Amino acid sequence: MTVGLPHYLVVSSLLFCLGLYAVLTRRNAVAILMGIELMLNAGNINLVAFNRYVAPGAVGGQIFALVVITLAACEAAVGLALVMAAYRSLETVHVDEINLMKW
Amino acid sequence: MAVFVEILKAVALAVVVFTFLAVVGAMYGVYLERKISGWIQARIGPMHVGPWGLLQTVADTVKLLQKEHITPRRADWLIFNTAPLIVAVAGLLDWVVIPFGTAFGRVLVVRDISIGVVYFAAMASLTVVGILAAGWSSNNKYALLGGLRSASQMVSYEIPLALGLLWAVMLAGTLSTVGIVEAQRASGWFLFKVPPFGLIAALTFLVAATAEVNRVPFDLPEAESELVAGYFAEYTGMRFALFQLGEYAEMFAMAAMAAVLFLGGWLEPRMPLWVWAGLGLAALAAALFIRFSALRRVLLVRPILALAVLGAVLCALMVAGLAAGRSPVLPSLLWFFIKLFALVFFLMWMRWTYPRLRLDQLLNLSWKVLLPVGLVNLLITGFLLTVAR
Amino acid sequence: MGELAAFIILSAVILIPAVVVVTSPNIVRAALSLVPTFLGVTGFYILLQAEFVAGIQVLIYAGAITVLILFVIMLTEGGSGTHVRQVTAQVPLGVTAALWLAFLLLLVLPRTPWPLSAGQPPQYSAPAVGSAFLTTYVLIFEVTSLVLLIALIGAIVIARREE
Repeated sequence: MTVGLPHYLVVSSLLFCLGLYAVLTRRNAVAILMGIELMLNAGNINLVAFNRYVAPGAVGGQIFALVVITLAACEAAVGLALVMAAYRSLETVHVDEINLMKW
Repeated sequence: MAVFVEILKAVALAVVVFTFLAVVGAMYGVYLERKISGWIQARIGPMHVGPWGLLQTVADTVKLLQKEHITPRRADWLIFNTAPLIVAVAGLLDWVVIPFGTAFGRVLVVRDISIGVVYFAAMASLTVVGILAAGWSSNNKYALLGGLRSASQMVSYEIPLALGLLWAVMLAGTLSTVGIVEAQRASGWFLFKVPPFGLIAALTFLVAATAEVNRVPFDLPEAESELVAGYFAEYTGMRFALFQLGEYAEMFAMAAMAAVLFLGGWLEPRMPLWVWAGLGLAALAAALFIRFSALRRVLLVRPILALAVLGAVLCALMVAGLAAGRSPVLPSLLWFFIKLFALVFFLMWMRWTYPRLRLDQLLNLSWKVLLPVGLVNLLITGFLLTVAR
Repeated sequence: MGELAAFIILSAVILIPAVVVVTSPNIVRAALSLVPTFLGVTGFYILLQAEFVAGIQVLIYAGAITVLILFVIMLTEGGSGTHVRQVTAQVPLGVTAALWLAFLLLLVLPRTPWPLSAGQPPQYSAPAVGSAFLTTYVLIFEVTSLVLLIALIGAIVIARREE
């Protein structure tokens, strides 16, 4: 039995579901960002795996994985800056306590 | 598939070889450091254990091995005990892509990876995870401060480091470390390529590398006088030694990488016969002058005498070899280690000469000086290379 | 055979720490568990012969993003954050959504006829990736660098202390 495309897709979908669970249930904003990173990684595994098994000669999937990694860095920087700003003015990083705008 | 088995084999080989090499290397790195610091501060350094104190660090290691492992009560024991391993392993894994020289028709490198330079930068950046983990899990404010300083410092200095690496990669046209050295066989050392930009790139790399391994003048994470010992303040015994091992392994790896990128790695410098003869005569004259004057009795001058004699011997060998018509006169391993130790000496010299920077000065140096200089350097060199072609 | 063994080990290295990331009440342990997950994903990239992406993955994810996350944790909650409740009231919803999505995906994935094509990728992917970035995908490259610049400035502006 050799490793094929479905194997990678199964692992990446499990990883994605774990990330989704973290995003939906975590209180800490930083932990939510960690869940998002897991989901982005799952997506990247898919991109590279499809590149390898569907179009081995091309590098499009790897290009997109690199772009996603770059954007993940941007997202982490801006997201964490927002967490810092929120912590500074509201003194909490828990998303269920940040409810000033909630009616 | 084959790639993975290859990597597994390479990692196993690296761990076996370099655990031994690094333990011995780090012990003698510490010895060298203490001797050089003694020289710079007009002391004699360790002298008691063994001839000239050569066994001092062996004795220290034996002592550290016997010490009790203490985990502070409120510390997070899992992270606390894993952190030194991360630092030591990341420091050792740097060595996988460093080529030492050639022997029996093949290059002495654990693995010539096609993305060797990226791999090196990646492993160097992994250390900070261990340092931050150690700083937090110790449950000590000094350790936490050290860890935070280290994180901000290493994240900012990775960029100039990568720019220095990129400069050499751009000239060589390959990411493989062996390929970079081979590219310098035809064109000469990258240090002197496209003057003065090679020199600027090498300086950028070296400054960033010093900061990346947390050494003076960039040793804020462990600043003894402010933070006790920073992130490893709570560590005892062999775990403390593992941090030291990781630090020395990484420092030597950085020096080795600088030698590979800018000083031609294991290649013999190619200079005409008369240059070697002139250098040898100069070294001999200096040695004779010191030997037969009152300077001989000055403690500070003795190491210079030894270095001058060694230099004269080296030049004499080169002259004899070149006159006999041999092309690489001395074995490549010897050249690699000469370059490596020259750079290590340079780093130690800096350590015992400069005072520590303040944190804001440190970050300013990275973001406002090294980063623009590195970028502009890359841009101009790329422009010159394309125009020249 | 070796490939399968490597795949199974790497899957464990990815998924077990990932479970710790999403469930650990200790936020610092959760953040540190990201490192083995990212390294396991790196192993996947090597198995898939995308070694350049693997190198960048370690450099950016394990070396930079994890450090950034740990940094912010320590500047905000730090060690004090380990004794507070870490989950919202949405746990039943989260469990249901994640399990349902996993169930659907695992149901669908093996039944889909993927347009597979046999063939070997180029021996060294880095040159191919580099030239593709500067020819076919040059617009994406430029836009990504612009986004990076904007994010850099934005992060500085947001995180800066107001005078």
